[in-house]
Amino acid sequence: MSVSRFWRKIPQRYNLVGTQCTTCGRYFFPPRSLCPDCRRDGNIIDHRFNGEGTVVTYTVIRSASDQFEHTTPYVLAIVELDEGPRLTTQVACPPEEVKIGMRVKSIFRRIAADGESGTIHYGTKFVPVE
Amino acid sequence: MVGIYSYGVYIPRYRIKVPEIARVWGGNANDVMRGLGVFEKSVPDLDEDTATIAVEAARAAMRRRTVDPEAIGAIYVGSESHPYAVKPTACTVGEAIGATPNMTAADYEFACKAGTAGIQTCMGMVKSRMIPFGIAIGADVAQGAPGDALEYTAAAGGAAFVIGDENTIAEINETCSFTTDTPDFWRREGQNYPRHGGRFTGDPGYFKHVQGAARLMFEKVGTDPKDYDYAIFHQPNAKFPQRVAKMLGFTEEQIRPGLVVPRLGNTYSGASMIGLAATLDVAKPGDRIFVTSFGSGAGSDAFDITVNDTIDSAEFDRTAAPTVEKLLANPTYLDYALYAKHKGKIVMQK
Amino acid sequence: MRDVAVIGVGCTEFGEHWSTSFRDLFVKAGALALEDAGLSGETLDALYVGNMSAGRFIEQEHIGALIADYAGLATNHTASTRVEAACASGGLAFRQAVTAVASGMEDIVVAAGVEKMTDVGTGASVDMLASAADREWEGFAGATFPGLYAMIATDYMHRYPLTREQLAQVAVKNHENGAKNPIAQFRNRITVDTVLNSSLVADPLRLFDCSPITDGAAAVVVVPLDRAREFTDSPVRVLASAQASDTIALHDRRDISTLDATVAAGKRAFAQSGLAHKDIDLVEVHDCFTIAEICAIEDLGFCKKGEAGRLTAEGATALGGEIPVNTSGGLKACGHPVGATGIKQICEVVTQLRGDAVGRQVDAEVGMTHNVGGTGATVVVHILGA
Repeated sequence: MSVSRFWRKIPQRYNLVGTQCTTCGRYFFPPRSLCPDCRRDGNIIDHRFNGEGTVVTYTVIRSASDQFEHTTPYVLAIVELDEGPRLTTQVACPPEEVKIGMRVKSIFRRIAADGESGTIHYGTKFVPVE
Repeated sequence: MVGIYSYGVYIPRYRIKVPEIARVWGGNANDVMRGLGVFEKSVPDLDEDTATIAVEAARAAMRRRTVDPEAIGAIYVGSESHPYAVKPTACTVGEAIGATPNMTAADYEFACKAGTAGIQTCMGMVKSRMIPFGIAIGADVAQGAPGDALEYTAAAGGAAFVIGDENTIAEINETCSFTTDTPDFWRREGQNYPRHGGRFTGDPGYFKHVQGAARLMFEKVGTDPKDYDYAIFHQPNAKFPQRVAKMLGFTEEQIRPGLVVPRLGNTYSGASMIGLAATLDVAKPGDRIFVTSFGSGAGSDAFDITVNDTIDSAEFDRTAAPTVEKLLANPTYLDYALYAKHKGKIVMQK
Repeated sequence: MRDVAVIGVGCTEFGEHWSTSFRDLFVKAGALALEDAGLSGETLDALYVGNMSAGRFIEQEHIGALIADYAGLATNHTASTRVEAACASGGLAFRQAVTAVASGMEDIVVAAGVEKMTDVGTGASVDMLASAADREWEGFAGATFPGLYAMIATDYMHRYPLTREQLAQVAVKNHENGAKNPIAQFRNRITVDTVLNSSLVADPLRLFDCSPITDGAAAVVVVPLDRAREFTDSPVRVLASAQASDTIALHDRRDISTLDATVAAGKRAFAQSGLAHKDIDLVEVHDCFTIAEICAIEDLGFCKKGEAGRLTAEGATALGGEIPVNTSGGLKACGHPVGATGIKQICEVVTQLRGDAVGRQVDAEVGMTHNVGGTGATVVVHILGA
């Protein structure tokens, strides 16, 4: 991922900063600058999510792209944040432990790197809540 | 009075046992464990590094006590394993805790005492009223060369201390340091693993500097070991801190809560700081704590600390983040092959 | 608006074509289609070519121009356009061609699709295919294309009575059909055990639940219906052309196991044609993964949600069943040269409606095609009649 494209969304990736449409109240993560319901009538503000949620569905990736090679098997899941939006993320737990409905919370981890000499991409993953 | 406003620790969940390392290199496990007093060490996950550890430790400190991120005026991260040689870990931490952009930051290196050097810097900036709060972090994913004695103990972990000057949970009454140019342990730029002077790392290294800083502190504040409830020394293994404690006149009981190395290994820049955190986990108001770190190269930072009532108050919630004991419990064990993969010791196709 | 007819079809063999380049693949398919239509190139008014990612697979953009040039049409300065909607590029190229003819803007138009995928390593192609999904918020997190469909499968199997064996039977049936299709990449028959013993790609999907990486091209010729008999005795009429969009990321969908864009495009197609489900004699659906075929059958409305697995196991979607699905062998057995698949689906339905599907013929007067981009962000549905 290019330097500027990664940088542009650092607050979103590190701190789950999404958006909210104050006109209809809907929350968005990943962030949206246009509310799909209100469109131009929507007033969008930033919103920082708590980082707590529930696993909606998941898989265990065993064959990955080059960037994630050698990190398999890893758990990929769709997590529904308590505030409503759903996101796609990794869950750092043994594959046998992940379940639909499992409660999870956000943690700061290294997502990928641009080779040995490029930049490191940090971001948010989730872990089971004990 | 300047002191510790909050603290947090992060230790990865994986471990490797000393006998498993000995098995690979033909060492005698019992001799090693008896000689070092270390039984297992922590290992980072594939997606953990010094930056992720530093962030989680800082976030743990922020969960235990409300700190306005915009009031954090400085962040210093000390480590021997910063992910970048050029591009500070402290900036990533600042972004991840919402302290940017109105702050200063830098990364420190001073072997295992880089984190405590950060505490001293924050103390100066807070005491002089340059900033309301500063955060000093010591974190490492330490590397020991395969087959070398240091491989038994080089571990991963970190601690963050928020330094402030009002309503602290513990006051730092005094700090002083003892520093010389001593080549006991080093790593040249570009090299994967550190080298060391073998037995030279003992008396001319660790013992000279720890005792130097400790005695300077006794002189400065007019104390001796019996004035303290607890003491924490840098812990590259269990023997060195036990021996220096005895040499200085501290008892086994005084160093016990802070001696985490047998189950954790040496977290390098995190070592003394995690020991201090483990002690604060059990300390009560009025307890007096003596800390002396050590970093090769070489130097020691000593601290004289008194715990306040605030540690038991509603403002500070120790349970909002895991204690060191909780982080040490229920680990997942790896064999040497997975450990080598996690530590990036396997030569991969570039 | 004029009625549109297909008067010629052509499809290369799908497979790993080490000796054939991107442009050679297209030229082959184009020549076959024009031969079938009895046309020569200089009569063409326009070209629409579906291609997902030549820019990444072979570092080539400006595909419309490249194809026109190597098809010998640049000397006539024929209008040529590249159409992209990830795996629905081919179906969308057909829709663009149909729209151009129906509107009266063009008369004789080729709709084609081509993809050359084997010039890069597997790890690289996995990454390129992931760009059909949401790069910033799915790909960045480590999602792969099979991983996204696997999450659909996990959700589906948690809520509906689909067994692992029933899911495997989708692949078994498609290989059975592919064995009879001369252009299919895989002509071998397989069993449920073959699927269940193949290695896991993204739980619960295994190697044999996934369509392969393939090179291939296909092309069709469309003209106004009232001119079709100038060229052929067996024109096939386009009865409906429908398209729908949905959120690009799976996590933003209303219901993870329902492709709402399929539901919308299907309804639009049935409304346009005035037909009902019982009128459809065969349907080519987008089985990029076995679970995708299960969802497609249901989301197009051929049965209720949760029933497609049972229907498959009972043989209802086999060649001799009530509603033959993927008589061509689908993406699983034919292979999935991304941009070409949607056009190949048109070729199969036309071939079946003409009565030319040797060895795999079904009794057909009306056929449907269903082409999906990404995990369902674009869906294109066509209905064709003899």
